[in-house]
Amino acid sequence: MSSSKLESKIPEGSLEQKWTKYRSTVPLVNPANKRSLEIIVVGSGLAGSSAASTLAELGYKVKVFCFQDSARRAHSIAAQGGINAAKNYQNDGDSVYRLFYDTIKGGDYRAREANVYRLAEVSANIIDQSVASGVPFAREYGGLLSNRSFGGTQVQRTFYAAGQTGQQLLLGAYSGLQRQVGMGAVQMYARHEMLEVVKIDGVCRGIIARDLVTGKLERHFGHAVLLCTGGYGNVFFLSTNAMGSNVTAAWKAHKKGAMFANPCFTQIHPTCIPVSGDHQSKLTLMSESLRNDGRIWVPKKLEDAKAIREGKLNPNNIKEEDRDYYLERRYPAFGNLVPRDVASRAAKERCDAGFGVNTTGEAVYLDFAFNMKYKYGKIEATKKGIANPTEAQLKEFGHEVVKEKYGNLFDMYKQITGVDPYENPMMIYPAVHYTMGGLWVDYNLMTNVPGLYALGEANFSDHGANRLGASALMQGLADGYFVIPYTIGAYLSNEIRTKAISTDHPAFVEAEKSVADTINKLIGIKGTKSVDYYHKRLGKIMWDNCGMARNEAGLKKAIEEIRALRSEFWSNVRVTGAADEFNPELEKAGRVADFLELGELMCLDALQRNESCGGHFREEYQTEEGEAKRDDENFKYVAAWEMKELGNWELHKEDLVYENIKIAQRSYK
Amino acid sequence: MSEKLLNLTLKVWRQRNSKDKGGFETYAMKGVSTDMSFLEMFDVLNEQLINEGKDPVAFDHDCREGICGMCSMFINGRPHGPKQAVTTCQLHMRSFNDGDTITVEPWRAKPFPVIKDLVVDRSSFDRIISAGGFISVNTGNAQDANAIPISKEDADESFAAAACIGCGACVAACKNASAMLFVSAKVSQLALLPQGQPEREQRVLNMVAQMDSEGFGSCTNTGACSAECPKEISLSNIARMNRDYFGASIAGK
Repeated sequence: MSSSKLESKIPEGSLEQKWTKYRSTVPLVNPANKRSLEIIVVGSGLAGSSAASTLAELGYKVKVFCFQDSARRAHSIAAQGGINAAKNYQNDGDSVYRLFYDTIKGGDYRAREANVYRLAEVSANIIDQSVASGVPFAREYGGLLSNRSFGGTQVQRTFYAAGQTGQQLLLGAYSGLQRQVGMGAVQMYARHEMLEVVKIDGVCRGIIARDLVTGKLERHFGHAVLLCTGGYGNVFFLSTNAMGSNVTAAWKAHKKGAMFANPCFTQIHPTCIPVSGDHQSKLTLMSESLRNDGRIWVPKKLEDAKAIREGKLNPNNIKEEDRDYYLERRYPAFGNLVPRDVASRAAKERCDAGFGVNTTGEAVYLDFAFNMKYKYGKIEATKKGIANPTEAQLKEFGHEVVKEKYGNLFDMYKQITGVDPYENPMMIYPAVHYTMGGLWVDYNLMTNVPGLYALGEANFSDHGANRLGASALMQGLADGYFVIPYTIGAYLSNEIRTKAISTDHPAFVEAEKSVADTINKLIGIKGTKSVDYYHKRLGKIMWDNCGMARNEAGLKKAIEEIRALRSEFWSNVRVTGAADEFNPELEKAGRVADFLELGELMCLDALQRNESCGGHFREEYQTEEGEAKRDDENFKYVAAWEMKELGNWELHKEDLVYENIKIAQRSYK
Repeated sequence: MSEKLLNLTLKVWRQRNSKDKGGFETYAMKGVSTDMSFLEMFDVLNEQLINEGKDPVAFDHDCREGICGMCSMFINGRPHGPKQAVTTCQLHMRSFNDGDTITVEPWRAKPFPVIKDLVVDRSSFDRIISAGGFISVNTGNAQDANAIPISKEDADESFAAAACIGCGACVAACKNASAMLFVSAKVSQLALLPQGQPEREQRVLNMVAQMDSEGFGSCTNTGACSAECPKEISLSNIARMNRDYFGASIAGK
């Protein structure tokens, strides 16, 4: 049974009717009342920008906060490959149901049916809205939109703009936001960081934010607060997230009573550029779309792998029969397009067995030579009427096609590694990329704290234990453009009599004081080690024990290590500069302090989940073939954690009910 | 990835805040790996400074994969350094030689005041977008995405203009601190699409007016902006914007 503290508020009725009925019956707020209702949006990525502009269009008074120097820099901008939508433009059998089904299955049956179905339903509207706002998606010669394939699906439903889909979608949403800023409907607070949630009588009533330029703390009232603050992958230090991506807003909410759901569900993306040395500050993703045409392999012979690592052998000289295309071998039905968790574990398995390449032994090949020549080269040769093209001709023709499709990604790879991927196979290795876990929300996207919402990656709701590629952009925009504008009415229609509360209220004064105290404490430690020093150590503990593979002993050890590291941080960190100035070290210190608490909860969550599912792989629970072994009888629930005090959490369970999908062992074979 | 180690001298602009006069500080860097990015070298420098009890260098950065547009260093007299078509975060130390002296400054332009060290205020760009860099379509008003076919050529050209990351290198490169490349990229992106037509004339007039009021300089067709642009935004966008601007002005909009 679900905990009484967790009311998912899923509407009654058949799956297909829930959202339609909800939209027709949800209470509305009349336009005159909207003008006196204030909404705070924290974060300006896809979820935040789309929510803020849409709510402002509806007439609400909106304030937007982001820590970057402009709303346009939010990390949604870095998403490469694409955005899913059940348009079925390719006539290949796609439908709302199929997108829903793929997402639930891809998430290894740990997501809510009703939320995911709604996501699939609004997916098509997102593409329409984005095109209308000037997003230049890739098109075919006939002028219609182009699609490509992503992992975990067998239809082509991914819309894209070269390898810059996130950038184009975000700039579309950002331009809508800036339009509202220009019209005075949105007040923008760039270079501001939210550092506390303000609660009055158990209800969320505002935030405390720090102006990052002057260091001044500010109090802001809102009838509702929307956290659109992204994921917490940077707890691992090395990830594909931006340097500033952090958990702070969500964590402050958690410490003020909002439950944190499934924190251990993190996504390790299989195709990232491998670590090159101790100086490494972040990892760079190579889009999943590359797996459309790239074949993943390692040498079949241990001695070949060893020779490559020592720089004595060039991979191009390894014969076809001496290569192990391990994904095609293990998963013939999906091949190189298996979901991310499966592909990542398979890479780790080969590298752990000694077949890894790169000097570190922690890399596999993503090779385009085959499709460049024998797929695209041949098509081009046929077009040109060349019956028996030479190998050189095939390569030349194919090179052009591959450049057109993935040019910017290949350039980026070359820039970072110094190796030309047109001539040599890319080297890739899994890296932390996305977090499925996040603040627990109900069907309305509201946390268990009234008035406090979480959208996009910051919530837990749609991706279960593993997110499919091209679904993060879809969820961010679905939540912002099409879900929150309706669901927020359910709450705000009861708030029309609430006058704006003065920020001189004791709750604001107290919240500001607690933020100031924390800042002064951090600066006052004046220890001997930098913030990065602690962040890197935390990252290593997390990666080693709560990364791609986890086990009971490791997780228990990690919890002890994190606690020790946390106390060392609070007695020995050195934060340079002052509180009342532009101070990036202070910003980092606050974020790392929160990661040092979150890390413990992630390990605790991984420890209680005695099963393997999606991105959560417990070594004790696997099949003989090394696949994840789920335990639906005992773990078919959302784990929502309530913080009693630091180091002491209570687990609440939301039982997941599958009325429309038959739960099955996930198979991509 | 054949790593080498470099010894370098860095001359870095230090300025406590917008009111401070500022000046160069010199730092010796030893054993810098050629596999490092330019910003990772700054991480190492800052770690060094923190360990010595000194104030680290403030610099803007976020995604470190060349797309957010946050990083902004003026390196040896060129925005984003010596390589074509890369941002500072994608510039790697293999582009430098052992013994080099590297000078690093903030973007220098009146509409980009320095906040601290290498960090500048680029909010003027946001205000230009707010003046007209959008299509006025409220959520829910869109028709089916395939209802308006757009020729691949136009879509591709629009996309090429839309690739602008708003970093401000064009302004920093320009001797007049003109923002014409940035503004024209947005104007072109929307002018090339059917969805952008209804507001086409008003958009260009409003965006140019805002650009002028922010204090950006005039364009004298030197082309340094495009040459230094990390996304290789084409100068032809400026020509297109000029045509649209004159057309709209003559039409008396």
